[in-house]
Amino acid sequence: MATPNDLQFQEFEEAADLLSADPGAPTLSMSASNDPAATAGAPAAGEDVRLDLSEDEAAQEESSELLGGQKSAGGFWTFEYYQSLFNVDTVQVLDRVKGSLMPLPGRNFVKHYLRNNPDLYGPFWICVTLVFSVAISGNLSTFLSSLGDPSYHHRPQFHRVTIAAVVIFLYAWLVPIGLWAFLTWRQGAERQVGGYSFLETVCVYGYSLFIYIPTSILWIISYEWLRWTLIVVAMVISGSVLVLTFWPVVRDDTRVTAVATVVTIVVLHTLLAIGCKLYFFQTSEHTPPAATIAPPIHPTPVTAH
Amino acid sequence: MASAEEASRPFAGLSDVSISEEIPVEGDIAVPVGPSTRDDEFSTLDEPVKETIVRDLRAVGNKFIHVLYPKRSSALLRDWDLWGPLLLCVTLALLLQGGAADSDDQGGPQFAEVFVIIWFGSIVITLNSKLLGGTISFFQSLCVLGYCIMPLTVALIVCRIVLLSVSGKVSFAVRLGVVIASFGWSTFASTAFLADSQLTNRKALVVYPVFLFYFVIGWMILTFSPGN
Repeated sequence: MATPNDLQFQEFEEAADLLSADPGAPTLSMSASNDPAATAGAPAAGEDVRLDLSEDEAAQEESSELLGGQKSAGGFWTFEYYQSLFNVDTVQVLDRVKGSLMPLPGRNFVKHYLRNNPDLYGPFWICVTLVFSVAISGNLSTFLSSLGDPSYHHRPQFHRVTIAAVVIFLYAWLVPIGLWAFLTWRQGAERQVGGYSFLETVCVYGYSLFIYIPTSILWIISYEWLRWTLIVVAMVISGSVLVLTFWPVVRDDTRVTAVATVVTIVVLHTLLAIGCKLYFFQTSEHTPPAATIAPPIHPTPVTAH
Repeated sequence: MASAEEASRPFAGLSDVSISEEIPVEGDIAVPVGPSTRDDEFSTLDEPVKETIVRDLRAVGNKFIHVLYPKRSSALLRDWDLWGPLLLCVTLALLLQGGAADSDDQGGPQFAEVFVIIWFGSIVITLNSKLLGGTISFFQSLCVLGYCIMPLTVALIVCRIVLLSVSGKVSFAVRLGVVIASFGWSTFASTAFLADSQLTNRKALVVYPVFLFYFVIGWMILTFSPGN
């Protein structure tokens, strides 16, 4: 019969020596074993229970990146790689959506909500929902605004879906690519400190578009002042999510570049919102249907009726 | 030496053995016969064409009945086929064509658009389900999503009949009610089949795209307006 003492390995004695030398050292005790020397040696065997007492944010980031679960399993041509990008639960997705609706100055969206687990589920389905909500709401608002007009023949303007899809998906993919490339180029050698990966950039942009979904539904109510108020509110919320996320990255740069980058982000976001509103939600009742074919690429002031 | 050589060749010792007529060789070679359908599968080449078609039609009809009364059965999943979805998709696209006879692009969805939305949408939803870790296979999921379009097709037929007879606010209210009911039915039927294949903490993530898919099809049906 082997006694517990026979099963002791060399490391436990070492750990016991360490423990006796410094009784205040942090240890972990596991309830299964009743050998005090074995408990101190247990953390050495485990992977995830290492206590990180370093105050340095960079070191913590690096260690969490090392300790975090495998993010990209396999090359980008394998199915498992994309499966690792959809590794989210319902609660996590709802949490991230909530985070995009309530930007608080202390909370960086990437650090606080993504936590090294960017997903593609949120951005993709938020873009799809936005495409259909903008197209359907635009259709509904045109229909409602022409209810009293007997000469107006209602048409379900289905080509708007195609145009909305192209515009929104281009925005949600090209702008993050450009921004990430620009930021990476500016970061240069010190890329890992504060720089975001490409997927995290896409993720932030995708979730920041969520506020436009209820906004586009509320745009059905055809009062101009209400629509402009909604646009301003949505842009403030969505823009501040983006600014709060990207400001810590660019503030180390020269003043001009930092401000220019942030202003560009906000301006592009504004253009998307105003462009969608002007193209899909035109309240002019007497405009012949042919005029709605030409999309205003640069928003020119459209006089409503 | 010779014996070793003989032993190395299989059946070497039997080359000169002949079975005399006096030794009766009898026995019973019993091959286990599988179910009768297996016999049919092997010999479907000889059966009349009518039987083949009727068998496939019966399978398709069986699945339609399963959609009508959705309960958690695996019949739809086990023997998937894509005939039913194709039939429903073509019917839906053709029926949505009748309106807006003037062919400018302000009208309803073109035939190709309906086709693309239904098939591309089903493929995207299936990929989404598989990426989230679902255990359902690709074609099984396509089969389920396609068959569950049936309530919406029925709603479109009802809408067209309503548009022929009644007009104005009453017709809109009736159509709205019918489309909403059938949209709810479709979503409920497809989640009854698909929900088992997903982890519990991701079910909502898989159900939401299905909801969106049938919502868009329902909107296409609701906004259908007949031509002049």
